[in-house]
Amino acid sequence: MDKDKLDELEVDIDKCMHCGACVGSCPQNAITLREVLIEFGDNCTLCKRCIKACPVGAITLLEDD
Amino acid sequence: MKRDYDVVVVGAGPAGSMTAKWAAKKGANVLMIEKRQEIGSPVRCGEGISKAWHDSVGLKLDKKSVAWEVKGAKLVSPNGSTFYLSEKMAGDEVGIVIDRVFFDKLLARDAIKAGSDLQLKASATKLLKSGNKVVGVRVRSMEGTRDITCGCVVGADGFESQVGRWAGIDTSLAPRDITSCFQYRLTNIDQDFDYCEFVLGSKAPGGYIWIFPKNKDTANVGIGMQLTKLSQPADVKKYLDKFIQGDPRLRKGRPLELVSGAVSVCAPIEKTIGDGILLVGDAARMIDPITGGGISNSCKAAKVAGEVLAKATKENDFSERSLTRYENGWRDILENQLYRNWLAKEKLVTLSDETFDKVIATLNEVGVDKMSTFAILKAVKTRYPELVKEFEEFL
Ligand SMILES: Cc1cc2nc3c(=O)[nH]c(=O)nc-3n(C[C@H](O)[C@H](O)[C@H](O)COP(=O)(O)OP(=O)(O)OC[C@H]3O[C@@H](n4cnc5c(N)ncnc54)[C@H](O)[C@@H]3O)c2cc1C
Ligand code: SF4
Ligand code: SF4
Repeated sequence: MDKDKLDELEVDIDKCMHCGACVGSCPQNAITLREVLIEFGDNCTLCKRCIKACPVGAITLLEDD
Repeated sequence: MKRDYDVVVVGAGPAGSMTAKWAAKKGANVLMIEKRQEIGSPVRCGEGISKAWHDSVGLKLDKKSVAWEVKGAKLVSPNGSTFYLSEKMAGDEVGIVIDRVFFDKLLARDAIKAGSDLQLKASATKLLKSGNKVVGVRVRSMEGTRDITCGCVVGADGFESQVGRWAGIDTSLAPRDITSCFQYRLTNIDQDFDYCEFVLGSKAPGGYIWIFPKNKDTANVGIGMQLTKLSQPADVKKYLDKFIQGDPRLRKGRPLELVSGAVSVCAPIEKTIGDGILLVGDAARMIDPITGGGISNSCKAAKVAGEVLAKATKENDFSERSLTRYENGWRDILENQLYRNWLAKEKLVTLSDETFDKVIATLNEVGVDKMSTFAILKAVKTRYPELVKEFEEFL
């Protein structure tokens, strides 16, 4: 897993509701929700499922912009 | 070696509290840990439940937990026609609209009264293992990080379902089995406050929109959509906003609360136990795949879990073999229905607006009083022979 790529998953804290929809949807169990902070682990494969699962569109892959 | 607790329950939602209550009541030494700072808040739920199952799990609602009572469900087809279902016929999510902020606290109080301990703002961060056996949990809290040993860890951590995955139990979901949700508690609206409303069809692809009254002018207005039907980020919220703008009853409403979240809509998972580990509620993917409701199933399975854990404590045996009694017990109650409803969901998500319209029209023709499967089928067959084929496999 390319560590640099991982920095490209970003959560917009103005949008995030801390609901855990991304956590439970991640097939790698790579996301940690620490009440007000979302962390992506290095087992993330950049499959982008969490981006889809997020009801408010808070997660972006900077590469995509 | 002496353990700190017989059972540590991770997550104090309905599943966790109900498990803790039944385990503690029958003699186990139980600790619940909850990462939030307040039980039941923030709310992540439409708050619709029925009354039918409370006795079976020893649940007595208090006044504060009940926000509103309804007579039944109102199904709205894409062309706007409606079909009313009485409370009795409407399943496990219709009858009462609760207040989860109080409801979850009531369940936690019951657990504490039964003898369980509870710590808030305490997150499980990993499992302690001896070989493949789970022997405890690492907890981060105000007191710092500490390792707590126990006979069994209960994963009651809701949709996130991380505890089970740390133990090697596969709770990951296929995209078609994930429903992403958004909800407003809207006030200043007009509504049919005697009914919980379900709006079907392409207004919420692969899911539905719900309007569950909290009082005369306030309701939980939410949407759930299948992950595979989403194309743009935040689609879920956009579909709901569009629906609200298009409905004159709701357009003037303003939100008192925003809710986002997700539910599983999958077939029963293969396994919910291991040596020293047991999963319950949303963490065990026990949500009804048609309605997306999970409170009743969580509570039903949790009672079985608590009772089995109390027995395991007495026998001092938390092996997978011992916990098989839970695996079999909850499956006896829930598995068939979960599987059947998953199949039905797989079908429902493929139906066109036209088909929904026809089904609702037929239901109206048959009438509620004669709502036997056979009567419906017969009526559908007379009007729309081509439709019967679509449903035959479920009848
Ligand atoms: C938008 C929406 C609407 C819904 N509407 C309905 C409805 O109308 N009717 C219905 O019956 N069901 C509904 N559901 C489903 C219902 O909310 C769940 O089935 C129910 O909450 C399941 O209870 P639970 O105890 O399994 O999980 P939860 O209630 O999710 O509780 C899990 C708890 O675990 C805690 N936790 C998680 N990880 C950790 C950790 N690492 N350490 C410590 N604590 C942790 C969480 O903070 C949480 O408090 C809805 C769900 C959503 C998202
Ligand atoms: S991109 Fe995929 S693997 Fe990475 S955190 Fe999101 S869901 Fe998990
Ligand atoms: S799904 Fe979106 S809103 Fe929910 S916790 Fe993840 S990033 Fe935040």
